[in-house]
Amino acid sequence: MPIALAAKRATARLGAVVLAGALLAACGSSDSSDSSDSAGGKVTLTVDIFGSFGYEEAGLYEEYQKLNPNVTIKQSDTQDEADYWKSLQTRLAGGGGLADVQGVEVGRIASVTQQQADKFQDLKEFGADKLKDEFAEAKWSAATTKDGRILGLGTDVGPEAMCYRTDLFKQAGLPTDREELAKKWATWDGYLELGKQYKKKAPAKSAWLDSVGSLYGIMIGQEKERYYDASGELIYEKNPAVKEAWDTSVEAAEAGLSAKLDQWSPQWNQAFAAGSFATIPCPAWMLGYVKGQAGEAGKGKWDIAKLPGGAGNWGGSYLSIPRAAKHKKEAYALIEWLTAPEQQAKVFQKQGNFPSSTGAIETIADAEDEYFSGAPIGQIFGDAAKESPVQVLGVHDQNVMQQITNALSEVERKGTSSDKAWQTAKKGVDNVIG
Amino acid sequence: MADGEEGRGQRDRLTPLRFPPPLLAGAGPPAHSGWAGPGPRTPGSPASPPPVPLAPPATPSLRRTWRKASPYAYIAPFFTLFLAFGLFPLLYTAFVSLYRVELQTSGEMEWRGIANYTALFTDEYFWISLRNTFTIGVLSTVPQLAMALGLAHLLNYRLRGRTFIRTAILLPYATSVAAATLVFAQLFGRDFGLINYVIGLVGLDPVDWQTGTVASQIAVSTIVIWRWTGYNALIYLAGMQSIPHELYEAAEMDGASRWRQFIHVTLPGLRPTIVFTVIISTIGATQLFGEPLLFEGSISGGISHQYQTLGLYMYEQGWGFFHLGRAAAIAWVMFVLIVVLVGANALIARRRARKEAGR
Repeated sequence: MPIALAAKRATARLGAVVLAGALLAACGSSDSSDSSDSAGGKVTLTVDIFGSFGYEEAGLYEEYQKLNPNVTIKQSDTQDEADYWKSLQTRLAGGGGLADVQGVEVGRIASVTQQQADKFQDLKEFGADKLKDEFAEAKWSAATTKDGRILGLGTDVGPEAMCYRTDLFKQAGLPTDREELAKKWATWDGYLELGKQYKKKAPAKSAWLDSVGSLYGIMIGQEKERYYDASGELIYEKNPAVKEAWDTSVEAAEAGLSAKLDQWSPQWNQAFAAGSFATIPCPAWMLGYVKGQAGEAGKGKWDIAKLPGGAGNWGGSYLSIPRAAKHKKEAYALIEWLTAPEQQAKVFQKQGNFPSSTGAIETIADAEDEYFSGAPIGQIFGDAAKESPVQVLGVHDQNVMQQITNALSEVERKGTSSDKAWQTAKKGVDNVIG
Repeated sequence: MADGEEGRGQRDRLTPLRFPPPLLAGAGPPAHSGWAGPGPRTPGSPASPPPVPLAPPATPSLRRTWRKASPYAYIAPFFTLFLAFGLFPLLYTAFVSLYRVELQTSGEMEWRGIANYTALFTDEYFWISLRNTFTIGVLSTVPQLAMALGLAHLLNYRLRGRTFIRTAILLPYATSVAAATLVFAQLFGRDFGLINYVIGLVGLDPVDWQTGTVASQIAVSTIVIWRWTGYNALIYLAGMQSIPHELYEAAEMDGASRWRQFIHVTLPGLRPTIVFTVIISTIGATQLFGEPLLFEGSISGGISHQYQTLGLYMYEQGWGFFHLGRAAAIAWVMFVLIVVLVGANALIARRRARKEAGR
């Protein structure tokens, strides 16, 4: 889920501990899940997810249990998606300890459809194909294999926008109106231009942007093809879209527009409240993160405008059912209900996770966010969700992107030249693909 | 000769380490030859009955067999566990290291022979992590052991509240790696860290403790030093207390100063202990993992692998990229490396000891 992608590193530090626990749990939990089964038709469904899907928070499990008195739902949650994925992979390889419902991040869904299709349940067997029109097309196709198997139902998506601090903009003499800004930064060049203006009159210790890594991430989210092409071949080296995002990020770094923070690091977290940066690229799930880090004091100081350079998507998740699950039929009923428009809208209202269901997107079209100066988030993100390209996803997307942003951080923090950093990124990617 | 009257008056003994163990204290000479089972025995009461064998066998021949076999039975639980969780994983890792195995598709194993190993030797990141393991090892072990020696020397004096102090210096050791590292990561923060704040007060520029190779390695080593100095100090302290008083008295009579006593009596007397701590620290340094992983939460050991150790590189390959075969090869290289290092250590120590004896 979004937040997990977001919290990737923030909690990776506790990851080792969590991982150890998860591995142990993986060894031992295979028999615990069926303890209360089938006694009088009662079923205990286990749901294993990462980050915050918001179901528990929005009271959806409780509601479902009321609707289906014979079902009890038990959720386990790992904060960090990377650790969650390691643990899930270990259990898939061993074939035990799997929950009835497993969450899958969009950056991993290609691995599921291309490498592990046999380990997950084809949801078509339960009639999932009739739901196709209820979901955004990009969302649906990513979880479908080449031979038409449906391996997951979409939960949320990560349409992109730009968050900014109106108070800092005012101090630097920049416009604060979201419509006006959207015009001024219609292109990424316009965005960098405003950044240079900001830098001239900016308050002390305040940069234009949090990190060139997040700039790169949001730009690459606007592209259809990124690291792999549709045939699964690695094309990032000669992909002009990657080159463009790279060059813009390098330009931002060399112009000194970045606060040089590593995304998801503790320093990055502290910088939200300290006002170390004036803008931050914002997928929808980032809103909750901003609120959490900037706190009550930040209320009304933030605003959201349309993203420079067009619509894009960063992150989002799926719910899947492993082949080895104990109660596949009941699990399917649960995930169909959880991903239905009404429930997705409820999660959005509670947690801000943007729905992938087209019906839900319509029902929340008028939503506004007080924290972000009353920005029309339903409309801004809804438009972005509609316009964002159908992305080609690859098996190693997550790790390839990490190598590239690491290399960009070298440009940003150590002043490494663009060419040299690109060579480093290539070496890193070769190492990932191994 | 009571403590506190003669020259080494400040020295005192660390009671828990005194030998022989209290269980046998006062038992006198062995009352019973042959196998004495751990039957009921009251320490200090010479009138207690002779110990009863654990399982009284019927005939003398059975008894003899039992006497021969029983030691193996007693160590069997350990070796069963060792086989299951030590030897088997070791051999299986060797097996896996000869294949190309990816965690997502762990069913498909592709024979690679020694290609995983040869790939390592041309792998730049492997050499970087090997270098880092070495430099962080030196940066952390040398100051750590030197400080531990000094601390132990000080603690060996009669101090007020010494039990408290001795317990207190062990506290960092009892702290979890995760907790300690998270706190240190905050202290070493670039923008909001306490250490940079203090550096700023002195008027120096803030240091980027995460990005610079030297700076980040110093930061990681600091955490290691903080955690292990007290532990080593206690081991040295125990070693110091087993050095006979008479040596100090003799040195004193010859007019040796405290410092010369330390150099010529304490250090030679501590040699076996020092060798032990060096070996343990070398193994620890070679396996260093938790601190660099949690320092920034980066499995690459920073953006340029600047503080990635071998252990972390193995983790990145295995659990970051899911290349289990390559990770297994790294694990074996680490294993061989440790065996070689420990062997070299022991060899040097033995040669020195022989030289001493031959003098």
